[in-house]
Amino acid sequence: MDSLIHTLYGIPVLGLLFQLVGYIIAVIPPIAPLIMRAGTPLALGALCGVMCERSGVVNIAIEGTMLASAFTGWVVGVALGPYLGTSSSLPFGITPTLLVALAAALLVALLVSAVHAWLSITVKADQIISGTIINIAAFGVTGYLNTIIAPLSPTTAGNFHAFVPPKALTDLPGIGWIVAMFLNQGPIAMSVIVLVVVLQVLLFRSRWGLRTRAVGEHPRAVETAGIDVIRLRYRNVMAGGMLAGLAGAFLSMEATNQFQAGMSGGRGFIALAAMIVGRWTPIGAFGAALLFSTFLALGQVIGFNPPSGSLGEVVAKLPPQTWDALPYLVTIIILAGIVGRSIPPAADGQPYEREQAGG
Amino acid sequence: MTRESPSARGALARIAREAWLVGGLPVLSIVAALVVGSVIILASELLLPNHAFDLLLPIKAYLALLDGSLGKESAIVNTLVSTTPLLLGGLAVAIGFKAGLFNIGAEGQFLMGALGAVAVGVAVSGAPPVVAIPVALGGGMLAGAAWGFIPGFLKAISGAHEVVTTIMLNYVARQVLAWAVTGPLAVPQSPSPVTYAVGNAAYPILVGRNGHLGILVAAAAVFVIWWLLYRTTLGFEIRTVGASSDAARYAGMRPRLLIILTMSLAGLLAGTAGAGVILGINHQMNSTFDTTVGFDSIAVALLARSNPLGVPFAALLFGAMRAGSGLMQIRAGIPVELIDVIQAMILLFLVAGPVLQRAFRLRGVRSDLGAPPPVPSEATV
Repeated sequence: MDSLIHTLYGIPVLGLLFQLVGYIIAVIPPIAPLIMRAGTPLALGALCGVMCERSGVVNIAIEGTMLASAFTGWVVGVALGPYLGTSSSLPFGITPTLLVALAAALLVALLVSAVHAWLSITVKADQIISGTIINIAAFGVTGYLNTIIAPLSPTTAGNFHAFVPPKALTDLPGIGWIVAMFLNQGPIAMSVIVLVVVLQVLLFRSRWGLRTRAVGEHPRAVETAGIDVIRLRYRNVMAGGMLAGLAGAFLSMEATNQFQAGMSGGRGFIALAAMIVGRWTPIGAFGAALLFSTFLALGQVIGFNPPSGSLGEVVAKLPPQTWDALPYLVTIIILAGIVGRSIPPAADGQPYEREQAGG
Repeated sequence: MTRESPSARGALARIAREAWLVGGLPVLSIVAALVVGSVIILASELLLPNHAFDLLLPIKAYLALLDGSLGKESAIVNTLVSTTPLLLGGLAVAIGFKAGLFNIGAEGQFLMGALGAVAVGVAVSGAPPVVAIPVALGGGMLAGAAWGFIPGFLKAISGAHEVVTTIMLNYVARQVLAWAVTGPLAVPQSPSPVTYAVGNAAYPILVGRNGHLGILVAAAAVFVIWWLLYRTTLGFEIRTVGASSDAARYAGMRPRLLIILTMSLAGLLAGTAGAGVILGINHQMNSTFDTTVGFDSIAVALLARSNPLGVPFAALLFGAMRAGSGLMQIRAGIPVELIDVIQAMILLFLVAGPVLQRAFRLRGVRSDLGAPPPVPSEATV
C-alpha cells in the first residue's frame, strides 16, 4: 500500500495532484470543526438566499444584512454587559447579555430585510440596485457608528463558546472527526445543520414550501389560486433576512467577540454563489458552503502545516496571497462551470404586478 | 389666446416629466439624504455619554463639508481631483448598465489599473514624459480591461452572473496587489512594502498644487463614451443588447461578443481611473493602497441615470463630498463614513422617490411610477 502511494506520488505532474488529494485527506479531519465554523456564515447566508429567491426575490443585500447584525450584536452586548452581567455558568457561555444582543441582531436583520422587501416588492425597484443600496448603507452606518464609539474604547461582552463533546466520541475511529465537526461548535454553528434539514423538509414537503416554490415560478397562477403573492414574498424575505442576521451575529458573537468595519468580507456574496452551486436547495447550498469553507480553512492550515515532498516545494514557491485568493477563485471557477446547468426559479428577480381589477 | 393641441400638450408633459426625472427628483433626493444625514448626526450625539448636545452640529458639519470642497481654490482643485476617478468609474458602471450588465467590479478593475500603471510606469520612469505617460497609462488601461474581460467572458460562455464574478474578482485583485507590492515590485530592503516611483511617467500638474492631467483625461473620456454610445454602430449595438438581448440577436448582432466588449471597455475605464490615481497622486504604490471607488461609481452611474453626459455632474457631487469629508471630520468630528450613508440615502430616495411621492400625496410632475433607473431587465443572481 505504502509503495503504491509512493509510486503514485512519483508520477510527474499528475503525482502532484495525488499528493494534493492525499494531503487534503490527511489534513481535513483535524480541521473539520474549523471548516464547519468557516462554513457557518456562508451556509446561513445561502439559506437566506434560498428563501428569498425561491419566492422570486433576488437578495444581494445578504452581505449588508450580515454586517448590520454583526455590529448590532456586538454593540448591544457592549452596552448592556455592565447591567446584565458577562459571567456565565450556563453551557456555551450563554449570558443574558448575549441573548439580548442576539435578539437585537436578529431584529435589525428583520428591519434591514424589510427595507429590501419594500424596495423590491412594493416599490418594484431593480432588486440588485435595492440590494446594493442596502450594502452601501450598512457599510456606511456601521463604519460611522464604529468610528463614533471608538473613543469610548468599547471592549466586548464576550462570545458564545464551543461545546466540547466527550473525548470518547471524538476519538471514535473513522467517524470521530465528523462528530467533532458538528458538535465541537458554538450554538449558532450547531444550529446550522438543524436549520438546513428543517428548511429542506419545509421547502419540499410543506404547504408553505409548495406555495413558495410556486410563487417563485409562476406568481400569476398562485394569485389566481387565491394566495397573496406580495405577502408571501414579504414574509420569506424577512424570515430569510433573519438567517443572514444569524450569520452576522455568528461573526461578532461566536467566531470572535469583536466587530471590525467591513468584517463580513464578502461572505454574503460567496453565500449567493453557494446558493447557485447548490441549485437553490438548502442541502445543496449547505454542501457548497462547506466546499468553499474547506478552501478557506485549507488556506489557513497550509500556513502552519505545509505539505511535504514535491507538492511542498511547489506550495512553498507560491506567494502566500494565493491562499487568501483561493476561495474567491474557486467560487468563480465553480460558478462558471456549473451555472449553465443550474436553473434559477423562473420568476426570480421579477417584481410582481397585481392584475388590475376590470383591466 | 393660444390653444395647445393635445400633441403639443403631450410633448410639454413629456418634457416636464423628463425634467423632473433628470433634475427635480435627484435634487430632492439629495436634500432628503442630507436631512437623513443630519438626523443620524443628532442621533449619534445622543448615543454618546458625556457629550454636550449640539443641535447645530449637522449644520456645522455640512458647512465644513462645503468649505472643504469649494471654500477656496485649493479646495476646488481637491474636489476636481477626487471627482476624476469617480467620473471614470461612473462611466465604467454606466456603460455596463447600457448593455444590461451590472458591473460591481469597478473596484477590482480600478486596483488592477493602478497596478498596471505602476508596473509599467516604473519600467519606463526614465523615458521622456511624452513617451512614459501614454505608455504607463496604456499599461493601466490594459490591466483594467483584462480584469473586466474575465467576467464578460465568463458570462458570455457560461452565463455566470457578472454580479457574483465581479465581486469575487474585487477580492482577488486585492490579493494580487498585496502580492505585487510585497513581491516582484517591492523596493528591496524597504522598511515597509512599497514600489519604486513612476518618475517621468507621472502626470504633470496643470492647476493648483495637485490638479493633474488626469482631470482632462476623464473629461475626454466623457465625450468619447458619449460619442461611442450614441454616434457609432457599436454603441447602438451595445444599447440594443441592453434593451433586449433577443431583439439584438434577431437583428443579427452578437450579444455574447458585445457583452465581452462592454465589460472589457468598462474595465478599461475603471483601469484608467486607477492609473490616474497612481500617475497623478501617489506616484508609487504601498500595501495600504485601497479605494472606495467601487460603490461610489455605482452611486454615480445611478444618479446620472447611466447617461454619460450626466455622469460628470453626479461624480462632481460625490467628489466634492469625498474632498470635503476630511475637513468635516476635523472641524465637526463627524466620521467620513457619513458620506457612504448619504450616498446610500440619495440612491434610496431616487429609487423610492416616485412611490414616496404617491404615499405622501406630494404634488409634482407625474413620473413613471417607481420604475428604477435603466438597468438590466433580467436578474438571475
